[in-house]
Amino acid sequence: MFYREAGQFKSSYNADQAILPIAQDRVFVIGVLAVAFAGVPWFIDSYWVNAIFLPFLAYALAALGLNLLTGYCGQVSLGTGGFMAVGAFATFKLITAFPELNLIIVVLLSGAVTAAVGVMFGLPSLRIKGFYLAVATLAAQFFLVWLFNKVGWFLNYSPTGQITMPSVEVFGVLVTGPRATPAARYLFCLSFVALFALAAKNIVRGRVGRSWMAIRDMDIAAELIGIRPLAAKLSAFAVSSFYIGMAGSLYFGVWLGSAEPIEAFGIEQSFLVLFMIIIGGLGSVLGSFLGAAFMTLMPIVLKNFMVDGLAVEVVTAKHVEITLMGVLIIFFLIVEPHGLARMWQILKEKLRLWPFPY
Amino acid sequence: MMFKRLTGALIGATLALPAVVSTASAYELVMPSLDYRTGPYAPNGIPFANGYHDYLMMLNERDGGIEGVKVKLVQCETAYNTKQGVECYEKTKDTPPSRALVYQPLSTGITYQIIPKASVDKIPVHSMGYGRTSAANGKVFDWIFNFPATYWDQAAVLVKYIGEKEGGLDKLKGKKIALVYHNSAYGKEPIRTLEKAAEKFGFELMLLAVDHPGQEQKATWLQIRRERPDWVLMWGWGVMNQVAIKEAASIRYPMDHFIGVWWSGSENDVLPAGESAHGYLSGAFHAPGDNFPAHDDIKKHVYDKGKAQGERDRIGEVLYNRGLIAAVYASEAIRNAMKIHNTKEVTPEMVRDGYENLDLTEARLKELGLPGFTIPVKITCANHAGPRKVALQQWDAKAKKWSFVTDFYDTMNDIVDPLIEEDSSQYAKENKIKPRDC
Repeated sequence: MFYREAGQFKSSYNADQAILPIAQDRVFVIGVLAVAFAGVPWFIDSYWVNAIFLPFLAYALAALGLNLLTGYCGQVSLGTGGFMAVGAFATFKLITAFPELNLIIVVLLSGAVTAAVGVMFGLPSLRIKGFYLAVATLAAQFFLVWLFNKVGWFLNYSPTGQITMPSVEVFGVLVTGPRATPAARYLFCLSFVALFALAAKNIVRGRVGRSWMAIRDMDIAAELIGIRPLAAKLSAFAVSSFYIGMAGSLYFGVWLGSAEPIEAFGIEQSFLVLFMIIIGGLGSVLGSFLGAAFMTLMPIVLKNFMVDGLAVEVVTAKHVEITLMGVLIIFFLIVEPHGLARMWQILKEKLRLWPFPY
Repeated sequence: MMFKRLTGALIGATLALPAVVSTASAYELVMPSLDYRTGPYAPNGIPFANGYHDYLMMLNERDGGIEGVKVKLVQCETAYNTKQGVECYEKTKDTPPSRALVYQPLSTGITYQIIPKASVDKIPVHSMGYGRTSAANGKVFDWIFNFPATYWDQAAVLVKYIGEKEGGLDKLKGKKIALVYHNSAYGKEPIRTLEKAAEKFGFELMLLAVDHPGQEQKATWLQIRRERPDWVLMWGWGVMNQVAIKEAASIRYPMDHFIGVWWSGSENDVLPAGESAHGYLSGAFHAPGDNFPAHDDIKKHVYDKGKAQGERDRIGEVLYNRGLIAAVYASEAIRNAMKIHNTKEVTPEMVRDGYENLDLTEARLKELGLPGFTIPVKITCANHAGPRKVALQQWDAKAKKWSFVTDFYDTMNDIVDPLIEEDSSQYAKENKIKPRDC
């Protein structure tokens, strides 16, 4: 009834090719963005920013990056943690070497450095596929983290192996360090995520994204119709790593503020981000966000509900939380193997027909 | 129907909670406890959390709190994970009515995370013998305390002990000492001190890193078997400790030449290795065992009333006692703050003053029911690390008991002090902090 496109006519090619062709969707997304940019900063406090929004935004960007590679181009990667580490260490080295550099440029450069590293580790994808490629990227994960932990130069010879983000201002407003206001840190990350989500949406609709999807669906057929696997696969690695590098940069610089390589960028990170896109939906921009929200927020929601709401003992709550997370993941994957994004799509179809299904 | 009833119950419980809280009496002292009773570090996290919990509960039950003001213990599970630790910190820091009075995260990683945050939020952090060593310099770290001794003091004392056993520090020349360490900020802490000591005394230092969580150490111990270092030191935590001790036993490394940091010397670490752990040494700053009057009070007021979270027969384990002494320091600091500011409604800022002027004498320890439990501690504005003394304890596998085998050693000021000065002044420079005069 409310969600119906009857009467919405497209009179130009531009309107027909819009990212959100349905008016209700458009209104909804613009509404979400308006609330996120103009509403949330007014009431955000340090709990919300440190425990909820920043983790969500950083992981959403990482999931988006991995989804471009795995979901759109079909190249399985287990190196996400390592690539996030590259982004984080690039930020650390750049900001300590050139304190005058604008943080926005630093984050973009960190993405670029990660893209270069990603392309290098993407080279094996030209010869190997599937599980074998996953193993090759796993090597990237372990090698990169080992490298950052081993070579003192990356850590600025910090004796404890911790890297710490200095306080940095962007246009006169502090966005990193303990004195930065929650709203500033949140808006800084949100701007990156919103802008690059839009970019991702457009990349996957264009020629590049289509060549990725062709490779994903059947690489020999794609080659026969004139898509060069070298260019397609490596560009997927580059763009994906660029996103993941920026995510690592925000993760370390804005959210955590200090990190040690093994704990912050371990193999668990790679799996976490991979789970996000599997649960959210492979090959879907929306899915990356839904997956990131599910994996970062669900444990906190469950915990707060049990501890504050039901007054369960903290340990018991933790055990139940771990179990419930597993159960929920299995539940969602059984109900809809294609992830939350696909679920939303089905719901949309149903809503269109409601209340008069055939 | 079932579902409806369940939802009803859940909503009821959710709504009922604030009502319960508001009926509690006036002012309460909020003490967050960042525990980890899950994950690979749980074997060590559980007894510590129990000790902390039980002592404060005992104060509530016996004395009605600290000077009659009830303690409100807010537990939060971190799983020894930095990110969850930050979430816990943010969640608990503004708990009414007093705000969080002191944080004791029992994790060097989490401590590093909250040092800058707590300094801005004006909440004291007591990283008792862990965390950032240079926080010993109170001129730079106003809000951070790490008494009674730091990692660097401990590394220096262990070298001193080895020197004594070898027949003098000058005999260390040409010896080989290995350090098996948790590959994290925590494990890397002693390296610089040991390197300086190696330079000074001419021993050879072997560094062997063990990655989180430390279950895989075959390669490390094969290397030790091949190189046969004269002494092995260990900076381990969680399952890493027990695995290391088992591996050492399996290569027949002499246990009395294997020394752990005081975080690697509890019952959980040695019991799995059984008889073969006999003679293993570790650092310590307080006594093991449950034969103190305070323990009796805990049994009477907490365990007999069914308010305990742990098991009765595990009272008095090394890490239990460590949690207990952490709670003693915290409650004494709060008491001190009440005295200094002449109010019972203390805030985190006041508790910081309480910590900074803490003077826990032997006589006071006796009053608290802990005679001879630990060394007296006196904190000043400049010295946040207190006495900086360390003793060694040894495991007797037959009696299943830890016992002190040495007196308390002083640190090596000539090695450690310049390092503290250097590291803290670098922190001050990076964060544009002007050191206080004191």
